[in-house]
Amino acid sequence: MPTCKDFLRELSDFLDDALDPATRAELDQHMRDCPNCWVVMDTTQKTLKIYKGCEPQAVPQEIEDRLMMALQRKIGERSAR
Amino acid sequence: MTTSEPQAEPLSDEDLVEMAKNGDDSAFPQLVKKYSRRILRVGRNITNNDEDAEDVLQETFLKAYTHLGSFQGNSKFYTWLVRIAMNEALMKLRKRKGDKVVSLDEQLDTGEDTVTREIAVWEGNPEDRYSQDELRSILDRTVASLPEGFRTVFVLRDIEEMSTEETAEALNLSIPAVKSRLLRARLQLREKLTRIFKTKGENAFAYL
Repeated sequence: MPTCKDFLRELSDFLDDALDPATRAELDQHMRDCPNCWVVMDTTQKTLKIYKGCEPQAVPQEIEDRLMMALQRKIGERSAR
Repeated sequence: MTTSEPQAEPLSDEDLVEMAKNGDDSAFPQLVKKYSRRILRVGRNITNNDEDAEDVLQETFLKAYTHLGSFQGNSKFYTWLVRIAMNEALMKLRKRKGDKVVSLDEQLDTGEDTVTREIAVWEGNPEDRYSQDELRSILDRTVASLPEGFRTVFVLRDIEEMSTEETAEALNLSIPAVKSRLLRARLQLREKLTRIFKTKGENAFAYL
């Protein structure tokens, strides 16, 4: 059976669903016996979920304006060639 | 020539890239509008500095436009764009560090720093406990505190949701290196966020 150290080593692949069924089953069993590892898995999963769920902020208007101006200059240079 | 007639379906990145390559001046700005938020976020997450992040945003799109001819379409446009942004951001970071001795990449490859000292369940759902802005600021600060070698991998894999292979390619790392850094980045973030989000003053296992 996997130890806590083994569990941690496989945790990323476990969360990415990238493990073979046998290894996955062993880790599931380990979590049933080891509440600490269950908590680590659960809070790591929540960590990823919260980052993935966080939408990027809108680009502030003045930053977008400066970007578009610089870009139009570049486009103008190219068209002029 | 113009090809920007009304279309029934939104144009794909590939279409827009082709149009821009063929001289349609309206095409590239559409790609900029589509991806500027995410490129600015990459810039912020890596440089942790607003001014540098804006430079990263601008330089990324100007470089992409200038070098569009060399984009072969072997990878997705966004992957190509992020690779440019990552290089720009890392250059900014190096410049800012200046002559300061760069840390030994925080002993990235010892394989022994998968610490899990903070073992506690989270109180409720952080999305319900904090406003969007508060939460974003917590998440940004936490990512910024990771060592650079972990941060770059985490940003590409788990924030920008690129594949392990794409991340390896963008950062010039091997796939095992990406995987090992990602695991440690995730565990460190978990540790740091747990300190903020954990149920206070209670036995973490009370409800188990």
